[in-house]
Amino acid sequence: MADRPTIHDAAPAPPEEPALPRLIRPVEGRLVAGVAQAAAAQLRLDPVALRLAFVLLTVLDGIGAVAYAALWMFTSRELYEGREPSRDWSQVAAYGAIGLALMALGWLTGASAGGIGAWPIAVGGIGSLILWQQADPDRRQRWMNSTVGQGRQNRVRTLAGLALVVVGAIGFLVVTDELGSARPGVMFTLVVVGGVALIAAPWLAALWKELQRERRERIRQEERAEFAAHVHDSVLHTLTLIQRSANDSREVMRLARSQERELRNWLYQPKQDADASVAAAVRRVAAEEEDAHGVPIEVVCVGDCPLTPELSAMMQAARQAMVNAAKYSESSVISVYAEAEPEEVTIFVRDRGVGFDMGQVPEDRMGIRQSIIGRMERHGGSARVRTEAGEGTEVMLTMKLEKT
Amino acid sequence: MSAIRVLIVDDHRLFRSGVRAELGDSIEVIGEAEDVESAVRTIAELQPDVVLLDVHMPGGGGQEVLRRVLGSGSSVRFLALSVSDAAEDVIGVIRGGARGYVTKTISGRELTDAIRRVADGDAVFSPRLAGFVLDAFASSEAPPIDPELDSLTQREREVLRLIARGYAYKEIAKELFISVKTVETHVSSVLRKLQLSNRHELSRWATARRLV
Repeated sequence: MADRPTIHDAAPAPPEEPALPRLIRPVEGRLVAGVAQAAAAQLRLDPVALRLAFVLLTVLDGIGAVAYAALWMFTSRELYEGREPSRDWSQVAAYGAIGLALMALGWLTGASAGGIGAWPIAVGGIGSLILWQQADPDRRQRWMNSTVGQGRQNRVRTLAGLALVVVGAIGFLVVTDELGSARPGVMFTLVVVGGVALIAAPWLAALWKELQRERRERIRQEERAEFAAHVHDSVLHTLTLIQRSANDSREVMRLARSQERELRNWLYQPKQDADASVAAAVRRVAAEEEDAHGVPIEVVCVGDCPLTPELSAMMQAARQAMVNAAKYSESSVISVYAEAEPEEVTIFVRDRGVGFDMGQVPEDRMGIRQSIIGRMERHGGSARVRTEAGEGTEVMLTMKLEKT
Repeated sequence: MSAIRVLIVDDHRLFRSGVRAELGDSIEVIGEAEDVESAVRTIAELQPDVVLLDVHMPGGGGQEVLRRVLGSGSSVRFLALSVSDAAEDVIGVIRGGARGYVTKTISGRELTDAIRRVADGDAVFSPRLAGFVLDAFASSEAPPIDPELDSLTQREREVLRLIARGYAYKEIAKELFISVKTVETHVSSVLRKLQLSNRHELSRWATARRLV
């Protein structure tokens, strides 16, 4: 069981697919043409179940082979770049062997001709299918992860599978009137099977471990590849740009800051939609103005809430405050602090620059009066500017939130 | 006043020499260490006043150094210095016993101030750390288990808010009409709460920030 291609089987069919995706035969993990896998993905079943079904149907009337061929013809193959992975021939052989065994059994018992003799085999088959499903590690993990109660359900399932197989086997013996003479045979079989299990168990366990190790390694490699791609696209690219503009210290600074910010976001920040929340919007506005003016803007956000039209207006006011600070204050760094509380949102934009005298600002200067104070008041908020020559400037924006 | 004896623990050689060059005359760098092992050994050997501790290092990082040094009963003071802004790291080293956290972009003058403050037994909060603390203590709706440790006073909140807004201690003192010493007391008290509070929301909050 250890050599089943569970890793490949799990790969296609990501969970967010539309309810009924088009039937496409995957290349990875296929055994013959990938039909069973494609159908399994469609029906959200284990490919093993469908493979066994195809084999069984083929043995019974040959329908399986016909259906397989038909599906093969009418479905398209997945586009696959690079060298195609080779088939797992040992599995093909295993299914072939199962088919042959079923055929021999059918011929021996007359079950393939139908009648009561076929029922025990069907029951045993269903039981074994349940057991196979249980053995799939991915599926098992999913069940285990969901709830505690699932663990019991899991055992019940396994027991049901076992019971069905046993019933099927006994039923078969009863139907063929061999039950009485089977006793010594059963004893003999138990001894042999026990012996084989003892011999094979360490080997199977080793194989299982090896498989797990390979799988972990593969995940790690994929992560590394993604990481390398990211570093290449961003950091290496920026470093090249920095070398090319080495003489322009302002540009170097801007590039470095913007790269730093981007990398930090990637590493530490939760992925946020900048159009949806206050904290994300403040960070984005600050990032854009930092890029535009080359002055570092340090942002600290506490709490968060969804962006409303009023808060969007507040963002524009905050942007104007940052622009003013970056352009006129001559401060080497600008601090932005945004706090979202249940009743109100407050944003502070502070620089330690030259400051100015509010009384001296001409009436027609749009920046502070209109873009900041006016805008905040129009939307029901307030703005306060604190400044003194030589003491820097702090703009404080407050917007009350409407109770919803 | 004699110079404060400082040990720099960081795995980047360039950064260590950069810090060494930037620190003022009142600071004497008595040694450097580049990983957890050498840091633990050197701290025991030299008994510095303040250890500048990098958060990310081979062999377990700053938290491992804190665990081993403070676990052995030493009273050496630590100031965490890192490029990381991850809440988990920041809250992690503070709860591990560091008396402050500043980012590596800090200027030499500010770093000198921070080291002096830590040497005096006070706490040093960067704006970002202040933001994290406000966020962490605000994020819970559950009633505190220990009211004294599990919530901030109004005054502490005001002080943290000003730090987050980029105010220096002196400016905060002026703003709130209190002395710088009182500001320091408030910040130290917040540090104590941060370190001793058993509120698991703190850790959960920090972890959640990373796992989104």
